Amino acid sequence: MSWIILKIIFISIIFGLSLFIAMYSTYAERKIAAFLQDRLGPNRAGPFGILQPLADGIKLFFKEEFIPLKADRWLFLMGPGFFMITALMTSAVIPFGPDITIDGKSFSLQATDINVGLLYIFGVVSLGVYGILIGGWASNNKFSLLGAIRAASQNISYELAMGLSIVALVMMSSSLSLKEIVDQQAGWHWNVFYQPLGFLIFIICAFAETNRAPFDLPECETELVGGYHTEFSSMKLGFYLFAEYINMFVSSAILATLFFGGYHFPGVSSMDPGIVKTALSVAVMFGKIFFFIFLFMWVRWTLPRFRYDQLMNLGWRVLIPLAVINILVTGAVILYKMM
Amino acid sequence: MTGQHVPFNYLPILLQFLVAAGFVVVTLLATHLLGPKSSGKRHDATFECGLDSVGNARNPFSVKYFMIAILFVLFDVEIIFLYPWAVNFKALGWFGYIEIIIFLTLLMCGFYYVIRKGVLNWESREDND
Repeated sequence: MSWIILKIIFISIIFGLSLFIAMYSTYAERKIAAFLQDRLGPNRAGPFGILQPLADGIKLFFKEEFIPLKADRWLFLMGPGFFMITALMTSAVIPFGPDITIDGKSFSLQATDINVGLLYIFGVVSLGVYGILIGGWASNNKFSLLGAIRAASQNISYELAMGLSIVALVMMSSSLSLKEIVDQQAGWHWNVFYQPLGFLIFIICAFAETNRAPFDLPECETELVGGYHTEFSSMKLGFYLFAEYINMFVSSAILATLFFGGYHFPGVSSMDPGIVKTALSVAVMFGKIFFFIFLFMWVRWTLPRFRYDQLMNLGWRVLIPLAVINILVTGAVILYKMM
Repeated sequence: MTGQHVPFNYLPILLQFLVAAGFVVVTLLATHLLGPKSSGKRHDATFECGLDSVGNARNPFSVKYFMIAILFVLFDVEIIFLYPWAVNFKALGWFGYIEIIIFLTLLMCGFYYVIRKGVLNWESREDND
C-alpha cells in the first residue's frame, strides 16, 4: 500500500515539476529572446520579471471564456483538454534518477518502468495531434482549420522519420525500456557517439513534433492569424500554449534519456551509492534537460521559418531515406563487431 | 524491480492520467466560473480579420493532406513491424539483417513510386489527382 502512496507522491511531484518548468520556460524563452535580440525582456513583475509567468497564468484564468456560435461546443472544449492531457502523460516512463532506498525498500525515480516504454511515448505523443485537429476543426474558422490540418500532416510526416531513427537505437540496446537504455549508457557510452545521424534526425523531428520554430507553420502568424488556436481564449488558449512547453520539456527529457545517458555522468561508478550520488544524478539529468530546452529556444530565435513545401520535402525526401540508411549501416556495423 | 512486466506496472500510468485529467477538468471549470461573460451577434462570430465571416469552415481542402495521411498510415505500420525485429536484432544475426534488407527494399520501392507519382510535390500548381 505504501508503494501506491509513494507512487502518487512521486507522480504529483513530476506533475507539479512539469507545470513549473513549463511556466518558467515561458519566462526563459522571453528572456532568451530578449538577450538574442539585445533588449531587456520582461522586467516589471517582481525582481527581473521573475513573477511574470505567474501574472500571465492568473490573467489567463480571469479572461472571458469565448466559444464561437458556429463552433462545435463539446469538441471545442475537448480539443485543448485532450492536448494538455496527452502532454502531461508522456513523462510517466522517463527515468529521472537512479533507484533510491526508502526504509530498506528500493524505489525507482521513474513513475513506471514498462518494457515498451519507447512505444508508449510514441503512442501518447502521436495522440497529441488529435488535440490540435479536434480544436482546429471544432472552431469552424478557416484559419483554424488550415492550421490544424497543417499541424496534423506535419506531425504525422515527422513521426515516420522519428520512428525510423529510433529503430537504429533499439537495435543497439535490444530493449524498449527507457531504464535499460539509460543504464547501458553508463560512463561515456552515450548513444549520441554511436548514433550521431540518428540523433540529428531525432532532434529535427522533435522540433517538428513540438511545432517549434523553424517548424512552427501551424501557427504561422503572417498567413494564419493564430493558426489552430485562433478562436481560443482564457485557459483553453493557455492549455495549447502551455502544452507546447510541456512537450518541449518532455522532448528534452527524452533526448537526454535516449542519446545523452540520462542521469548518468562520467565518473559516477566510482562514487559511493548514497544520497549525494542520487542528488547529483538527478541534477545531471535536469542539467541535460535544461540544456536541450535552451537549445530549443536558441534555435527558435535564430532560424527563420520554413516554407510548407520545404518542410514536407525535408521530412519525406531527406529524413526518411537517411533514417533507413542509418538503420542498414548500424545493423552492418553491429553484426560485423559481433563476428 | 525490473524483469517482471505485469499489468500492475501500468497502474502508475492510470494514476498519472487521473491527475492530468483532474487538473484539466478543474481548470476548465474554474475558468468557466471565473471569467466575465458577454455575448452578441458580432461578438460570437468566428474571427475573420475583422470582416463579417462568410460561410463556414466545413469546406473541402487540398487532397494532398489526405494523401499524406494515407501514406502515414501505410508507412507507420511498416515502421511498427521494424520494432520487434530491432529488439531481437542481435539474436537474429545476419539472417535477420538480410531479411530486413529485402523488407526495406520493397518498402523503398513503394516509397520511390510515391515520389515519382508526385504525391509529395507541394510546389506544382497542377494537382496530380
